[in-house]
Amino acid sequence: MTETAYNFAYLDEQTKRMIRRAILKGVAIPGYQVPFASREMPMPYGWGTGGVQVTAACLTPADTLKVIDQGADDTTNAVSIRKFFQRTAQVAVTEHTAEASVIQTRHRIPEAPLTEGQILVYQVPIPEPLRFLEPRETETRKMHALEEYGLMHVKLYEDIAHNGEISTAYAYPVKVEGRYVMDPSPIPKFDNPRLESAAIQLFGAGREQRIYAIPPYTQVVSLDFEDYPFEASKADHPCDLCGCGTSYLDEVIVDDDGGRMFVCSDTDFCATRRAEGHRGRLAGEDLAEELA
Amino acid sequence: MRDDVLSGGFAEAPVEAARAFRVALEAMARPGTIHTVSGAAAPAPVSVAASVLLLTLCDRETPLYLAPGHDGAAVRDWVAFHIGAPLAGPGEAMFALGGWDALKPLDAYRIGTPDYPDRSVTLIAELPDLEAAGARLTGPGIREAAFLSLPEIDAFRANRALFPLGWDCFLAAGDRIAALPRTTIVEAL
Repeated sequence: MTETAYNFAYLDEQTKRMIRRAILKGVAIPGYQVPFASREMPMPYGWGTGGVQVTAACLTPADTLKVIDQGADDTTNAVSIRKFFQRTAQVAVTEHTAEASVIQTRHRIPEAPLTEGQILVYQVPIPEPLRFLEPRETETRKMHALEEYGLMHVKLYEDIAHNGEISTAYAYPVKVEGRYVMDPSPIPKFDNPRLESAAIQLFGAGREQRIYAIPPYTQVVSLDFEDYPFEASKADHPCDLCGCGTSYLDEVIVDDDGGRMFVCSDTDFCATRRAEGHRGRLAGEDLAEELA
Repeated sequence: MRDDVLSGGFAEAPVEAARAFRVALEAMARPGTIHTVSGAAAPAPVSVAASVLLLTLCDRETPLYLAPGHDGAAVRDWVAFHIGAPLAGPGEAMFALGGWDALKPLDAYRIGTPDYPDRSVTLIAELPDLEAAGARLTGPGIREAAFLSLPEIDAFRANRALFPLGWDCFLAAGDRIAALPRTTIVEAL
């Protein structure tokens, strides 16, 4: 079958209208999860079916799309989704954050600050921040309606009681515009401060059939306590390739003797810095030597 | 059938609807910004901007209320041919189209429920003009403050007080479009 056998951006118009209406209501009620009639997509649940549907409803032929998976442009999930929209929507694609008008992401916010005119689409596995505390949808819906979020604070308190600190490191719950507690998807809590952004942020959960949004310049507060304030933590190293001391890092095991390196999780950010001449501990020749 | 009923739809629906939605999204996500749209023309008195919004957002699943002044044979036939939305009263409508005063009383519309605040109406209010001056807007989507010529202040303030319930509103004037979600705080200058 050829690409022209599909409607623009894969989904039929009726479906896109339904998703678009859900997105607009999501933007109007920041942090509230809007139910939508999620469709079967040509990829399994867990591969970003929610994000793909939101992206499909947003794309125009003039867009430039970037897709990242945990910061990387070159992983299977990111490559497949990028190819999918190249084929079905004929959009331009890029790996550079600044050049993209729509960015679909799995579990990271790009290091480079986003600007007005950009849309960040998150793939969300479990949209309900209270789900692991209260499995019944009827109850969590009531808790959101009544703004009853005490259970979440109890959970964070128990973290402190058991571990001496809030040990939640990713999918760290936030309160949006002083009203709804929201799951920012499994981004590291290092990324939480950047949820307050100039870009439009849309969240799609395909299996759970929910869409939610954070409009630009919206207040997003990570939940914490006065005596245990929120801290955006990262591995205490500079990047071994580009030397950046402020970016979020992946730990990579490089041999069988416990050798390891830390590299930027955002591949575009790291490559851009290296192109500018920044060098880390294991960049270039040093790395080849280390591996030899 | 009259020509103006059959014409006035998108020439290339998937692409034009996609562009129109992006405008609607920008407008709703950045209250107070004014955008221009084109590509659709329902019979008078429906503006180009309102026609584009109807084609982009409404279909058989969205009960539509046509307020007095916009409720006529030509508009009904156009909606039936191009959109297929069932016409409904203000209490059942997901979308409502009309002049600002014709849309009243505003407490007749659905504002959602505490469990499902999204089950609320989206108003498409036709205005004679739209400019970035007048009422002061603050809230989500607005960096510091925006200004917009609103038909009145009190209705938007009362709607904001209902948050997270409330209606959301597109403002259409000719081919120009702006939006005010329920979160926007409106002040008179």
